[in-house]
Amino acid sequence: MEILIYGIVNSFKLILIAFGFTLVYGTSRLPNFAHGAIFVFTGFVAWIMMHKLNLPFLPAALLSLACAALVGVVIYQFILKRIRGMNMNEIIATYAIGVALIETFRWLGFKGTTFTLPVVKEGVVFIADVPVDYQRLMVVAVGLVMLAAVWAFTKFTRTGRALRGIAQDERAAMMLGIDSDMTATLAMALGSALSGLAALMLFPLGSIVVEAGYNTLIFALAVCMVGGIGSWSGTVLAAFVLGFLQVVTVTYLATHFQMVVTLAAIIATLILKPSGFFGKHKELEERV
Amino acid sequence: MQTEKRKERIDRGIKIRSDGIYALSSWREITYLIAPRFLLIGGLLAAPLLLHFFPYWQKVLLIICIYALLSMAFDFLANYVGLVCLGGSFFVGVGGYGAALLNKYLLLSPLISIPLAALFGAAFCTLLLLPCLPLRGVYFAIITLMYPLMMTRIIEAFELFGGTNGMMDIQGFGNPWIEQYFLVVATLVFLFALRRLSVEDLGLVIRGIKDNDQSVRASGINITFIKAQAIFYASFLGCFAGAYLAHVYMWAGLSMFALDFSIIPIAATVVGGGGSLLGAVLGAILLVPLSEVLRAFGPLRIVVYSLILTVVIVIKGEGLLNYLSRKYHQFERWVEI
Repeated sequence: MEILIYGIVNSFKLILIAFGFTLVYGTSRLPNFAHGAIFVFTGFVAWIMMHKLNLPFLPAALLSLACAALVGVVIYQFILKRIRGMNMNEIIATYAIGVALIETFRWLGFKGTTFTLPVVKEGVVFIADVPVDYQRLMVVAVGLVMLAAVWAFTKFTRTGRALRGIAQDERAAMMLGIDSDMTATLAMALGSALSGLAALMLFPLGSIVVEAGYNTLIFALAVCMVGGIGSWSGTVLAAFVLGFLQVVTVTYLATHFQMVVTLAAIIATLILKPSGFFGKHKELEERV
Repeated sequence: MQTEKRKERIDRGIKIRSDGIYALSSWREITYLIAPRFLLIGGLLAAPLLLHFFPYWQKVLLIICIYALLSMAFDFLANYVGLVCLGGSFFVGVGGYGAALLNKYLLLSPLISIPLAALFGAAFCTLLLLPCLPLRGVYFAIITLMYPLMMTRIIEAFELFGGTNGMMDIQGFGNPWIEQYFLVVATLVFLFALRRLSVEDLGLVIRGIKDNDQSVRASGINITFIKAQAIFYASFLGCFAGAYLAHVYMWAGLSMFALDFSIIPIAATVVGGGGSLLGAVLGAILLVPLSEVLRAFGPLRIVVYSLILTVVIVIKGEGLLNYLSRKYHQFERWVEI
């Protein structure tokens, strides 16, 4: 029972972490390797706003999300736009920016365990005799709301449909007057904001540490690879598989095997079925 | 109305004259051909002598050569074979631990244990990467990125080879001249050997695989075997660098699987310009001293380094060597259209 409940919570953590990454890659084919850095960035910005500017939680959260989106836009406009299409360069440039961002915070002295974000509501609730605190329930709730919101956004609004159009067939979408740069900027902003949202939900469970940036990137990559790059349903399914796998490993083996299992899952997926659960890159299946 | 202009690039006369080997008729043409090569070979060979009074920079030279080897391996795999391999640190780690084991348990001296470790390490890496060979593009990149991470975690979890402490007391070189010239000469030999390999028959097949693997297979060539060979050569370079590093530091540990050994060679290749192996070496020669100079910035070093890297990628995406060789071989002028 414990495994079931904490497995679900853990899966939603992974969904929150990975969804921004898969959104950007799925719509605009941009590998945003600064994803983990934006995650940490949002956490620290929220902390600064609450403790230095004395803002209450809600405005601080909203403002830091806006900052995260802004960083995404800036990265796209000043860097990615110029090197779009050069795969290796995109990865190196975004990774370098991410490292620069994370290490700046380390240099500014943001390390140690003194930096925490408050939980939305203190307290513990018992579900089938398993204690679960409210924050973990919030993670699940926010994850569900986010999935629904993104689904509704891409289904029913004009801009959301433009995003999907670009994702399905870039040339045809451009012929219909959808601006590829505009949608890519939007995707980067959205993806970064989602990464920030994950940070606001997950950091209250522990403290804000810079190393989280690197781990987050690996987890996001793992979920996206296993689920099939760019496939949203695949991402959700993979998050559940990996989420439960991690909880089971921690329960029956030891904590430091968690990363081994995650990495092994990536390797196994790539060898057995490179395009992931629901990947659309069928040409990758073609073995040579 | 303002006339539009465009830039035209034309090969220099001397390049055309010196293209055919029989046409060399003057010292000027011979110099034109030899000077860039001589600059590299002579420069690298003279460097240990010139840096004799700066022991610190001698060490930097060694690091340059290590990264030059790794960048060559990356460039060879990425631009000749078409496999983007982010597993540089995997090669380094395997080579390092291999040399450490050979030295500690078989008591081999560094000059023997390094080539042996490179050989066995390359075989080991090739064997482990064999199942991933059908993968292409980003997928191969990510899986090779996972290998060193995986090795670190496994060594940590099972406490293999001294666990997190690593293996200490590995024999050093003793003589600093042997230490330096061994690596510098090896780097040059590997550079020109790989360049030669890429124009031999095997090299042609390898480049054919990069362009169109299906048609190479249709010609009755076993492409998995060829790819495995290419991986073997590249991982040989990587393991050589790792084994050497283990003997210089007299220590082999988990930090040999560090991400630096995967990322910096790629950065060097991108900055220097891929596709010629020389560019990779040039990138290493530029980037490693840069990161040493940046030590003045203290903890901000990585930040400044990443920013410089990003700027170079955005502004000079083609790579420095391609830019320089264009300037060397061609002249440019504006023409009206």
